[in-house]
Amino acid sequence: MKLPDLICPAGSLPALKAAVDNGADAVYLGFKNDTNARNFAGLNFDQKAMTEGVRYAHAKGCEILLAINTFAQAGRVADWHKSVDAAVDQGVDAIILADVGLLDYASQRHPQQRLHLSVQGSATSYEAVNFCQREFGIKRAVLPRVLTLAQVEQVIKNTTVEIEVFGFGSLCVMNEGRCWLSSYACGESPNTVGACSPAKYVKWDKKPGVMETRLNGILIDRFGDEEPAGYPTLCKGRFEVEGDTYYALEEPTSLNVLPILPEIIKIGVRAIKVEGRQRSPAYVTQVTRTLRAALDSLKNGAASYQVKPAWQAELSKVSEGSQATLGAYNRPWR
Amino acid sequence: MNTSFIIPKFRLPSFIASVGEKLPQWPHAMVLVTALNTALKLKFLPENELTALNGKSFRVHIRDTGGEAFFTYRNGLFRPLFSRSESPDLSFSAYLSAYLQLMARQEDPDTLFFSRELEVTGDTELGLLVKNLLDSIEWPNLPRLKLGKSI
Repeated sequence: MKLPDLICPAGSLPALKAAVDNGADAVYLGFKNDTNARNFAGLNFDQKAMTEGVRYAHAKGCEILLAINTFAQAGRVADWHKSVDAAVDQGVDAIILADVGLLDYASQRHPQQRLHLSVQGSATSYEAVNFCQREFGIKRAVLPRVLTLAQVEQVIKNTTVEIEVFGFGSLCVMNEGRCWLSSYACGESPNTVGACSPAKYVKWDKKPGVMETRLNGILIDRFGDEEPAGYPTLCKGRFEVEGDTYYALEEPTSLNVLPILPEIIKIGVRAIKVEGRQRSPAYVTQVTRTLRAALDSLKNGAASYQVKPAWQAELSKVSEGSQATLGAYNRPWR
Repeated sequence: MNTSFIIPKFRLPSFIASVGEKLPQWPHAMVLVTALNTALKLKFLPENELTALNGKSFRVHIRDTGGEAFFTYRNGLFRPLFSRSESPDLSFSAYLSAYLQLMARQEDPDTLFFSRELEVTGDTELGLLVKNLLDSIEWPNLPRLKLGKSI
């Protein structure tokens, strides 16, 4: 059985090395600026760290994919162009882009550079994927986490572009590339500053027996001492709706495709991505080696595939909200 | 895989904290600050990125020993604070086992946060910066601790 590539996240050099050493086929990362959607304080790669990262990965036969997946802001387009040029200079294996203007720039300026369409590009149909192939020569598209498995298959059947899907990681409302919830609360969002719910707006207030989460002063959740917590985003807040207080938009949860891994491979998915560039080297180690073990167990066919309890235990431990779902993949409605 | 040491999740008995809270706290700060300054001297910590910590006050609290350390970073050195600050710029509170697991890179801080074993209060952005600085350090020649069971 031809296995899809395992694409793992890295927000630092130790995380990158952890991914490479634990069996990633490719590592994706970003520069230390707002051209990527995980623009958090102290995270990501400057040119020096990037050079070392590319060297380390390539020496071990692992690819580097560079995410420039925010949208160029008015008056500062040159900053995004510079990042594209720098990525090419670094010799990365592919650049992951979302902005149509940047896809155009990269394909014109660097026609030899392999380009991937980011999940933030929000292409959910084969027409959108094929458009990006025709106009910008993209070789791969990362599909948003809103499609059922049947819908993913439908896209794959109607395109020659490689299709990458998410296999593990924190879920949000998944209106990827089009979500402005963070801006509603803070005036800043991934598309504009490269961060959802930027940390400077987040406040955790500890009171006896309870912890309150505030986003730009707005109370978005309240946890008892033993209650699992999630990321401080508006979509994962608990709100009072018609007298009931509950997760009105989305419960803190993580995607975990281990139970349907054989089906994902069968429909021809070319790469499986792990979310979490904001997480530490420990997370990257745990998730990479678990998915590597699961994928490798499928090398000789799916007949004997079984999800090992140890894999599930490892993944559920690092999950947001300490629970996991199959997300939209097995949703009965469309 | 080899059989190297795994730090288990544990809780010390509650009487330890009730005694620990009554003991003088300055030795904790001295030990922590000495360790941090040694790491600085050995150039493990990225000095240029540490400027963001200048003048900030920190509290590290260990729930099950009752110990807490107050310190600051000023002019290129970590320094203990001998008086208890009611509102440090950044405060971490966790069980001893969580700190040990973090130091050994056995567990991810977000994982410990989700499971409520690690609490961060104060300036959240400063907390994120500290977390990411610690994550980006390449510790040389650390004994390779095994992360969980063989799978």
